[in-house]
Amino acid sequence: MDNIMELKNITKTYGTKIKTQVLFGIDLEFKKGSFNSIIGQSGSGKSTLLNILGTLDRPTEGEIIIDSVNTNRMSEKELSTLRNRAMGFIFQFHYLLPEFTALENVLMPYRITKKPVTDEVIQKAQDLLKLVGLEKYQNNLAPNLSGGQQQRVAIARSLMNDPKILLADEPTGNLDSDTTEQIYELLRTINRELGTTFIIITHDRHIAEKADRIIEIKDGRIYLDIMNRL
Amino acid sequence: MRLALQIAVRFLRSGKAQTWFIILGIAIGVAVQVFIGSLIIGLQKSLVDKTIGSSSQITIRGDAPIDDYEALLSSLSSERRLEVVSPALDTVGTLYKDTTNTPIKLRGFEFDQSESIYHFADRLVEGRLPEVNEVILGLQFRDGKLLKINDIVEIDIPLVGSFNYTIVGFFDFKVAIINEQWGVTSLASVQTMLGITSITSIEMQIKDNYIFDANLISEDLKPNIGSLNISTWIDDNEELLSGLQGQSLSSIMIQVFVMISVVLGIASVLAIIVMQKSKQIGILKAMGIQNIDASFIFIFEGLILGILGAILGVALGVGLAFAFKEFAVNSDGSPVIPLTLDYGFIVLSMGIAVTASVVASIIPARKSSKLTVIEVIKNG
Repeated sequence: MDNIMELKNITKTYGTKIKTQVLFGIDLEFKKGSFNSIIGQSGSGKSTLLNILGTLDRPTEGEIIIDSVNTNRMSEKELSTLRNRAMGFIFQFHYLLPEFTALENVLMPYRITKKPVTDEVIQKAQDLLKLVGLEKYQNNLAPNLSGGQQQRVAIARSLMNDPKILLADEPTGNLDSDTTEQIYELLRTINRELGTTFIIITHDRHIAEKADRIIEIKDGRIYLDIMNRL
Repeated sequence: MRLALQIAVRFLRSGKAQTWFIILGIAIGVAVQVFIGSLIIGLQKSLVDKTIGSSSQITIRGDAPIDDYEALLSSLSSERRLEVVSPALDTVGTLYKDTTNTPIKLRGFEFDQSESIYHFADRLVEGRLPEVNEVILGLQFRDGKLLKINDIVEIDIPLVGSFNYTIVGFFDFKVAIINEQWGVTSLASVQTMLGITSITSIEMQIKDNYIFDANLISEDLKPNIGSLNISTWIDDNEELLSGLQGQSLSSIMIQVFVMISVVLGIASVLAIIVMQKSKQIGILKAMGIQNIDASFIFIFEGLILGILGAILGVALGVGLAFAFKEFAVNSDGSPVIPLTLDYGFIVLSMGIAVTASVVASIIPARKSSKLTVIEVIKNG
């Protein structure tokens, strides 16, 4: 299988006067359609790594190649477009726009492309809501949904532009265990059916063990990188 | 752009109370501006009206009577900044009636023009405007000299002779020297009486908007008038001019300060909105919204707040002005405060408020474009 994403010798240092190095020479490759988990204790650098993977942050040194394109020399504007077209994000705190309905939130990444919103596009958003089991709630404002429902809307939203990569930061971090289970089943289904590459950050080993590959980060270095199942 | 506009509208609607408070804040600023502006424009207009409104604002005089004045009149009439150009022929003499005799300044006018300056018809206490061999006199001739309408008086002009005039009215200028001395008749009457076809002066009034340009206008007229003398109201009323200019300046100062407070208000409120909405901006950025579009959300917010605030403000200001005009009246029904609603000024106030709101939103807009996703998700 081809690599969808490659990290070459990534380091990240914060601060100018007092320097804090968070990542030390990370080399990683992610295969197309794979389901990966990154685990590590808080402060290990895993969130920094995810931010760099998602082009939300730039590495101090090293290269990130996404879908055969080196992102180092891209402008902020080009990175925004890349994020919009190729990546989906799921955050721990859902981050839906509370001023918009579930359906409008799902449509948002598409509307950012500035392409006209056709009936087919709306149908697609409705299908995604159906996929996450929320077709009945499409006209509810985000705050009128439960935590698990909001996270499922966020997942539907992250899929709107058919991203190649889906990055998730503790996607079930503040959900109860039943909901957590449902969300993971959903993510795996999407991975199987749409072939989307998943990179999920979690501190929950139980969850991580369900991934194809487990990468453990410790003190800014790769401590463990094992294939869980093939 | 449409997305930015829609997000802006949703943001504003999501905090309805806050939005209405900001709009009210802008509206009060605009209302104060419209009200104070109308008040100052009105005061100025009424002051100008009362002081120099019923007199010649630019006057051309000759050392000797002016012959062939028709050409001069028509060249003056073509000056677009002048409201009215009125020829006058003045002479002095003595008025006799029975045992009474009193000095008189007899003024001959073309009433079609001079009415625009002196408004004799409005100032008549009794009677009507005079025709040939008829005269109207200042009120003091009636109250002090006990003359009556239809009295025939003899007016003696030194070196010329005596002429009989019928009194057809009395006017009150509320100025003692005019009420005591002026007799007014037609220009033709005085010309016939003196046996000449000339005039002694040309009196002019300036259009309202150019009232302070009197000296400029008189400079422009100079090439046309040859050796004649020209003077303006400013030459005769320097203190009045500085008073009026002081009023204009204070009006501008008030408007500047009102606008500054509006701008500061909007800028600070929008800055708070950026803080409140930083989560949303962060997530939009993670989804790939361009910085420029994120900035436009706040520019649109400023624009919407400015437009709604300006409309509400004008409604409040004009309403207040009308209320004052209608209800705060003197016993004779005239308003206590002479407000003048100048539509140009109202539109300008709205324009300034909207512009100020947009300018004020630039700071938070820039702030939003600097916001990074990581900052937001870190603080999640």
